[in-house]
Amino acid sequence: MSDSPVAVEHQGPELLHHFADVEQQRDAASLGMWLFLATEVMFFGGMFCAYLVYRYVHFNEFAAGSRSLDIWLGTINTAVLICSSLTVALGVRAAQMGKTKLLVILLILTLLFGLAFLGIKGVEWYDKYKEHHIPGASFNADDIAKEYPQIKIDQQYEQTYFSLYFAMTGLHALHMIIGIGLFGVITYFAWKGRYGANYYTPVENAGLYWHFVDIVWIYLFPLLYLIDRKPLR
Amino acid sequence: MSEHISSVKLYVGIWAALLCLTVVTAAVSFVDLGPFNTIVALVIATFKAVLVVLFFMHVKYAHERMTKVVIVSAFFFLLLLLGLSMADYTTRFLS
Repeated sequence: MSDSPVAVEHQGPELLHHFADVEQQRDAASLGMWLFLATEVMFFGGMFCAYLVYRYVHFNEFAAGSRSLDIWLGTINTAVLICSSLTVALGVRAAQMGKTKLLVILLILTLLFGLAFLGIKGVEWYDKYKEHHIPGASFNADDIAKEYPQIKIDQQYEQTYFSLYFAMTGLHALHMIIGIGLFGVITYFAWKGRYGANYYTPVENAGLYWHFVDIVWIYLFPLLYLIDRKPLR
Repeated sequence: MSEHISSVKLYVGIWAALLCLTVVTAAVSFVDLGPFNTIVALVIATFKAVLVVLFFMHVKYAHERMTKVVIVSAFFFLLLLLGLSMADYTTRFLS
């Protein structure tokens, strides 16, 4: 690494003139990405905070609502996202080693896993639509209340649970759509041969974003699906 | 972030651990542990998140200290938001 703040010699076309070397440029880009992810933590943090407060105040409605979600689809979707995180991690590795062909294949797999996640999510949302569990004028949670004969379920607060469910999974799905768009562009550039062992910052930073979205789901899954699954007494 | 290149074996190992923990957290939720159901679910989720951050996001091998400062402060402010909010709401209806 050079001590001089000014790059005397360019190491390659990838290095911008205001960085000393490729490594410094990569560290700066990474730091910027992590700063963005820190703002994303607070963005989702507000929703998690609202969730915690309402869950604390209206626990019965939240437990009953959680029971009405499809745990199989939720678990499968978690696994799908974890698989996509693996293909992203292996993709960054392929980029680091300059294996362009492998990188393109892994990126396409990531896109397929991402689309599969959204597809399954869509099925779940459609089920909720058919069951009249979408908050609004046609909301009806009589079927949920029937499952809990011994506990009083307030329809209004049941809507609170589903409002948070749709807001949180919706915001997460929006991030997935953005991630798929991002990786779509990166797959195109990777196919054109833009990335190599010397320059793979977009792949790595999009990867950081993808892993972050995965982590959000890792928390959403137990908080929304697994509140109360134990047998009723 | 770093020149470090992890082995395929490590990535697949982390992936397998994440899948196992997903099955465990779903299965454990059917067992009645009282208030510990939520605690176990959150501990497993946090363990999974730490695995993703350290290995998939390469934080374990990051040599840039500022990156770690950003991560720790993001976590700190999230805890501040959730902790102080809950300290308010859980004690509001006591009297």
